[in-house]
Amino acid sequence: MPLNKHRKLSPVLSLAALILLLVLLIILEQHQSSNRMAVAVLQKGAILAVAAVAMNLPNGFTGIFSLGMAGFMSIGAYITAILTIPTDTIESVYYISGVAGWVMNLKRALDVLPQPLLVLVALLIGGLIAALFAFLIGIPVLRFKSDYLAIATLGFSEIIRALVASPQLDRVTNGSYGLKNIPGFATASGSGVLLIPFAIAAVCIFIMILVINSSYGRAFKAIREDDIAAEAMGINLLKHKELSFVISSFFTAISGGMLAMYMRSIDSKTFQVALTYDILLIVVIGGMGSVTGSIISAFLITAAKEWWLRFFDQTLYIGNWQVPLLRTGFRMVVFSILLMVVVLFYRRGLMGDREFSWEDILGLPQRWRHRRVAIAAAKAEAAAPKDGGQNDA
Amino acid sequence: MSFSTFIQHCLTGISLGGAYALISIGYTLVYGILLLINFAHADIFMMAGYFMIFAMASFPWQVAIPIVILATVVLGVVIERVAYKPLRNAPRMSVMISAIGVSYLLQNLATYLFSALPQGYPTIPPLKKVIQLGSVTTSLVTLITPVLTILLVILLMLLVRHSKFGMAMRAVSKDFETSQLMGIKINRVVSYTFAIGSALAAIGSILYFTDRMSVTPFSGTMPGLKCFVAAVLGGIGSIPGAMIGGFIIGITETFLVALGYSTYSDAVTFLFLIIILIVRPTGLLGEELTEKV
Repeated sequence: MPLNKHRKLSPVLSLAALILLLVLLIILEQHQSSNRMAVAVLQKGAILAVAAVAMNLPNGFTGIFSLGMAGFMSIGAYITAILTIPTDTIESVYYISGVAGWVMNLKRALDVLPQPLLVLVALLIGGLIAALFAFLIGIPVLRFKSDYLAIATLGFSEIIRALVASPQLDRVTNGSYGLKNIPGFATASGSGVLLIPFAIAAVCIFIMILVINSSYGRAFKAIREDDIAAEAMGINLLKHKELSFVISSFFTAISGGMLAMYMRSIDSKTFQVALTYDILLIVVIGGMGSVTGSIISAFLITAAKEWWLRFFDQTLYIGNWQVPLLRTGFRMVVFSILLMVVVLFYRRGLMGDREFSWEDILGLPQRWRHRRVAIAAAKAEAAAPKDGGQNDA
Repeated sequence: MSFSTFIQHCLTGISLGGAYALISIGYTLVYGILLLINFAHADIFMMAGYFMIFAMASFPWQVAIPIVILATVVLGVVIERVAYKPLRNAPRMSVMISAIGVSYLLQNLATYLFSALPQGYPTIPPLKKVIQLGSVTTSLVTLITPVLTILLVILLMLLVRHSKFGMAMRAVSKDFETSQLMGIKINRVVSYTFAIGSALAAIGSILYFTDRMSVTPFSGTMPGLKCFVAAVLGGIGSIPGAMIGGFIIGITETFLVALGYSTYSDAVTFLFLIIILIVRPTGLLGEELTEKV
């Protein structure tokens, strides 16, 4: 049976694809100076893939419409940034109002760790604090109906942004001046620009896949399909919603921390509601409820937005004729129209709620053949309507 | 705080609250009928600000104001037709994503067309006239806003209570399907609802931006969220409730800013939302709804 053959083949193919990806990343990393754009796109793609999968967990799998992504990302980003900015140059970042004493003490205590470990610890602390926030606001907010929940989480993310930029926190977050000098992904030798973000992203996504495939994940899906029926089956709604929300926030914050490392400098304006909408765009285009859909669409959208469609934002002349419409901002208009088209006409997105599988890809020719045969049969039947017509009606 | 500054802040708060009230009526009407948070409403309000800038560039204010209201109504109705109507039978989350999509589109479109830099809002001479009330100086807009708001709300309530269209609207918001079976043209009711909401948003935008002096593509977002909270606070679906909610939020915000807590003024709005949803989910004037399986 060909399908069985495909089933045996798929782990082999997956392994091959993984090795190919690894080799490609290593090659790209060695030639990074001549492929800056590709490297940047892949880094950002990996970061947004984590954010998109994390957003998919409550929105696509649990059916709770949370719009607080930007808030959780800013928590992760600020904590990672504060903890990883080199202690000896931090005074120059906070040149306006100085660093709070306890932040300095914390940083000095953490400086005993080697640099790579410090980054991991910083990301984890960011994730845990965001998870704590999520837990606390989840207690009241997750009881609400879907639309109130959306507004409440959106409001939460705006509150976080206001707090981060507030003068009261000047000595911790540097207020509206933002943070700079954040170390990037590269180690001292310049390697790891791609491998490190990809490794972190892979671990995060892998853990989320484990959660989705566990009994908790099945409970999430039951809640998504029908929360009243799920409750009747003995699923504790609040507990599971809280779990999904907290896990999602943890990984969102980690992706926020990675975003800070990617951007090297952040301020409160980085984390506006538009950031949440950008991730929502990726999730919707990838398909609500599909992890692989989110990952594929994260890379596709990032590449299109930052690289392939850059020319939309520049005035372009062909000969003497200026191409109309092209100027700053047009790119984002195109993307918002794309989002509307997907929402209105292809509501399932790229993958719907299915996952990528080799069996589907390899089975395609066979299925096409079946379909052609079926269509041909239907045509033949239509051509000979002696007794068929009545039965069909 | 002396008595005259107190009165001054009261007036500012009531004026801001009036503008909020007009916007939140748009949310409450649409939510009452479609059970949809019209995220795009905030950006319709923002677009009305830009319409005013362009209308005032070539017309006197007496002509510009009707043009702005008309353009905003057209925008609102077109958005409903294009983005919400095809999804009438889709899951609630899809419609909400569509609303967010429209909001995202309008913001990006405004950035593209008018740039992200703040554009100066034109002054409407009679609104800016300075008047003296005892020891308090204020511009006329501060006094006009609450009066106009209350007048419009009374008008709207008369319309909803006593006209045939209002009866259709109430029927649709009670039960979408049954009212359809009774021969009510749902799509027309929904369109009119969006038209009313957008017209009020246009008036609200004139009053709001006259005080603020400039418009950016993102200047709708925060007032929009606050006005939705105001609608929930007053009881979603209730027009006087939206007005009361708008006034409460506007006055609270003004006093928090006056006392030097401007950082927390947005946070307090959402605190209101969370508290009201826990303590009294139906809002101050809302009706009790039972959830059907």
